[in-house]
Order: sequence, then C-alpha cells, then structure tokens
Amino acid sequence: MLSFMPQAKATRAGKVYGAPGDGYSGHISIITALVLIGLWFLVTESGWVKPLFLPSPVAVYHKFMVALTDGVANSTLWEHTRASLTRVFGAFFLACLTAIPIGIWMGVSRVARGLFDPIIEFYRPLPPLAYLPLVIIWLGIGEFPKIFLIYLAIFAPMAIAARAGVKSVSIEQIHAAYAMGGTQGQIIRHVILKAALPEIFTGMRIGIGVGWTTLVAAEMIAADRGLGFMVLNSAQFLDSAAVIMGIIVIGVFAFAFDLLVRYLERLLIPWKGKI
Amino acid sequence: MTAPMERLKIDKVSLTYPGLHSSEAVIALKGVDLTIESGEFVVALGASGCGKTTLLNLLAGFMSPTEGEITLGGKRIRGPGADRGVVFQKHALLPWLNVIDNTEFGLRLQHVPKAERHERAARNLALVGLQDFHRHMIYHLSGGMQQRVGVARALTCDPAMLLMDEPMAALDALTRESIQELLLKVWEHTHKMFFFITHSVEEALFLGSRLIVMSPRPGRITHMYDLDFNRRFLKEGNARAIKSSPDFIQMRETVLGIIYGDELAAAGTQEVVHA
Ligand SMILES: Nc1ncnc2c1ncn2[C@@H]1O[C@H](COP(=O)(O)OP(=O)(O)OP(=O)(O)O)[C@@H](O)[C@H]1O
Ligand SMILES: [Mg+2]
Repeated sequence: MLSFMPQAKATRAGKVYGAPGDGYSGHISIITALVLIGLWFLVTESGWVKPLFLPSPVAVYHKFMVALTDGVANSTLWEHTRASLTRVFGAFFLACLTAIPIGIWMGVSRVARGLFDPIIEFYRPLPPLAYLPLVIIWLGIGEFPKIFLIYLAIFAPMAIAARAGVKSVSIEQIHAAYAMGGTQGQIIRHVILKAALPEIFTGMRIGIGVGWTTLVAAEMIAADRGLGFMVLNSAQFLDSAAVIMGIIVIGVFAFAFDLLVRYLERLLIPWKGKI
Repeated sequence: MTAPMERLKIDKVSLTYPGLHSSEAVIALKGVDLTIESGEFVVALGASGCGKTTLLNLLAGFMSPTEGEITLGGKRIRGPGADRGVVFQKHALLPWLNVIDNTEFGLRLQHVPKAERHERAARNLALVGLQDFHRHMIYHLSGGMQQRVGVARALTCDPAMLLMDEPMAALDALTRESIQELLLKVWEHTHKMFFFITHSVEEALFLGSRLIVMSPRPGRITHMYDLDFNRRFLKEGNARAIKSSPDFIQMRETVLGIIYGDELAAAGTQEVVHA
C-alpha cells in the first residue's frame, strides 16, 4: 500500500539509519554551482540577455583581473578586500568579546536578562539602514561607525544564541554537579559554559553571516574603499561586471569563513548532536 | 570512610507544590517519617505521582521541605552536597568528557590532586566493570554502560548515601538484571546507604533490604517491609532462583495488590488544597 512512499535507504555499516538528510552533499553542491555557471554562459554568450543586465562570465573575469592590477573605484581589489575584512572581522571580534559573555550572563542571571532583554529585542528586528543615519550623527563618518554598525547587527544574534545555549543545559547535569560538591561558579564554568558551546558556535556562524550582509550598508557611510563601496560605486556607473565581481568576492570570503567555522566546530565540539 | 553513626532521619516531612494559583497547589508529600540506618538499601515503590521523586529531591537537597526536617548524621540537609551522590534516570553525564574524566569530575570540583582522583575514579570504574573503557566517549557507550559510569561517578565522591531515581527505567530486561546484581555487589562492597526508586516490584524486592510503599494524594508511606532477598543473593548468587522462589512470588503479589489498589483509586483527579 505504502510502497510508493519514500523509504529511508539502508546506510553503510556504522551509519545511522533514517537520520534525516544524512550523508555527504558536497558533490551535489559542486554540480549545482557548475550548472548555474553553465546557464550563465549560455544566456550571455547566446545574446539572450543584454550585457548591462547580466555581463558574461568572461567579462566579469576580465573585470576581476583589472581590479587586481589597475583597480576599480580608485583602489585595487586587494585594498578593497582588506578594508572590508578589517571591518567585518573587527566587528565580529568585538561581538565575540561582548555578545557571548553578555548572552551567557543573561542566561544565568535574572538581573542581566531583565537589563538587556528589552534593548536587544527592540533593536534586533530593525534593519541596519534604519539606524544608519543615527550612527552617522552620533559617531561621525570615520572608520569606527562602520565597524559599529556591523557590530550592532552581529551582537543581537550572538547574544541570543549564547543565552539559548545556557538554557539548553539539562537540569540533571547541573544537579549532578551540585551533588558532587560543585559551587555555583564551578558549575557555570565547567558545566553550563561547555554545554552552551554548540549554540555559541551556531551564533558565531549566524553572526558573521549577518556581518557580511551589513557590510554594504556600513560602507554607505562615506567610505572610499571596501568591497561594499566598490559595488555601490560601480553601480552608479552602471558597471554591472564590477558589481557581480564584487558580489562574488564577498560571497567567496563569507563562504570560506563559514567553512572554517564549521571545521572548527567539528574539531572542538565533537559531541554536538550526539546527546 | 563513612562513619557508622551516619543515619538519615526524615522527620514529619511535608512538601506542597505551590502551583500557579493557590487552588492548584499539590500536596506531594504529607507527614513522611523514615529513618535510614547506615548500610541500608531502601527501595521506594508506588503509583505514579505518589511523590517518590519529590522525596528523593528533598534528600538530595534540590528542594526544601514545606514542613519537617531531614538530617544526615545529625546535620540538617540544607542543599545538595558531596555526601549524597545522585544517579539519574537519564545519565546526566558530560558529553565533552570521556569516561574517566566524567568519573573524576566531582573530585576535580573538590580540588583533589590529579593522581589521587585518577586512582579513585579507576577503582570505581573497575567496581562497575568498566576498567577497559577509560578513554571512551560517553556517547559511544550503550545505555547500560552510561548508567554504570553514572554509578561510578557518584561513588567516586565517596558519599554517605547514594540516591537513585529509576536509574534502570530505560534499560532492557537483561541489562537491568545484570546491573541489579552489580548494584548489590557495589552495595556489599561499599556499605553505603542506598535510596532507590523503581516502578518494578520485582526489582524492588530483589534489591532492597527495606521496601517502602507510597500512596498518592497526599503522598505518604503506607507500607514498610524488611527484606532479605538481596542478602540471599549475595550469599547464594543465583538471582533467577531467588526471583522464582515461592516467598518472593508471594511477596510480589502482596505488593502488587497494594499498588494496583492505589492505581485504581487514583482514577479520580488530584488532591488539591483549597485555600
Ligand atoms: N514541579 C512541580 N510543580 C507542581 N507539582 C509537581 C511538581 N513536581 C511534581 N509535582 C506533583 O507532585 C506529585 C508527586 O510528583 P513526583 O514526581 O514526586 O511523583 P513520582 O512518585 O516520582 O511519580 P513517577 O513515578 O511518575 O515518577 C505529582 O502529583 C506531581 O504532579
Ligand atoms: Mg518520579
């Protein structure tokens, strides 16, 4: 009767049967990428789409080479990249130093939760572009307001993740530690912090992703350098090849860093999802 | 080592859960009196909701009684402490530590030097038959092995008393029987007080040197039996023969009768306090 229903396939020895979405998917992703690039070639080379709307991969590659050597929007690609990486990672670093401790503090302390919860929950859903003018009025147009804008966007998801991580520790683990003579400080350090690590890592991944999405907004603040600035500037001159090139460079960096965090996650939290 | 005068005294203890409204308050325990002598193996049986877990939480110090007091060795219990080890239904081990580090964890919290805590943990792991699994990760062990680590971990702090809340509820019948025998050997070897909650009448009769039967609404001790099936097992060593002996079966039927009576009477709603 139900034979038409999809069945879980028997997996290899030592693998878990029926775990949803189990298995290696990298090769499928590579095929997806190749097909998309193939389509891109097809529609541009055949002339179906005008180069202004979608320049060909070859044109984008040329723009890339030009950007590397002569530069686009007054700076070389390397200078743009360095400016943007400094901003995103500066903000990310600041957020790690502040959002994670505050999130943990919110998890373990009623007072801290009452203190920070309304602030975070209020500004979190606001688009950065909405408070961008305020940031400029308050902090001016230097390097710091750019980093600060990205930092604000990263802060909320990271703090919320750290707080959720604290809440995810099982009360039995805490009770067991108390029943072995642990003090509250020890239990926060040796049980709660460790149990929160998986969620903290997830928060870091989400946070850095949000950082990249806020980059363009941040570089609207009187920047003269940066990948976001390069994209905005090229758009004004209808240089769509440079726009696409900039988007791809941002995407590649974001993706590479995400892979790195995932790798660290597997290395540092091998127990994730096991218990 | 445990002083011979360690004695646990539960003196007219009541506990009422406040509930959201005063009309929803639940009297979980009312006027419970019980004295446990050093070296006793007390097993608590009773219909679901009769307050067994509540009583264990009071002994562990995770809650304080609404009325009455509990003393251990003459000292009033005011919170959890290393003199009372707890083994939970679900293991509550720390997945980021391996077997030996989990077992040592309590001593680490108490700042016991590395060499000593390793030696004590190894001794207790050997006692539960896990001497060859020191470096294994918790999530690579079977459920029965995880519970044995839980017992070894609690024993390593050398508590006066071991509290266990249905530690074998999630285990299969065979593993259960082997851990029952193991627990009796550990009990004989350590001569600590054991307080053990179970839903299995057979398990209760086999393990306990004293059986308390509790009734719900309000939770109280209604029957108490002295048993010696455990000593017979430790002397003769044939668990199946003991569990199928006529006096064991007769005892089992008596206790089952009491509990079924409670379950039937409990078909109504919960006892509530009308304030
Ligand atoms: N946190 C709580 N708040 C309010 N009522 C509670 C709470 N915990 C338990 N109770 C109530 O107290 C009574 C005793 O609960 P308890 O968990 O001690 O029973 P139990 O004997 O351990 O049951 P089981 O055999 O099902 O584990 C029950 O009626 C339960 O509904
Ligand atoms: Mg219970």
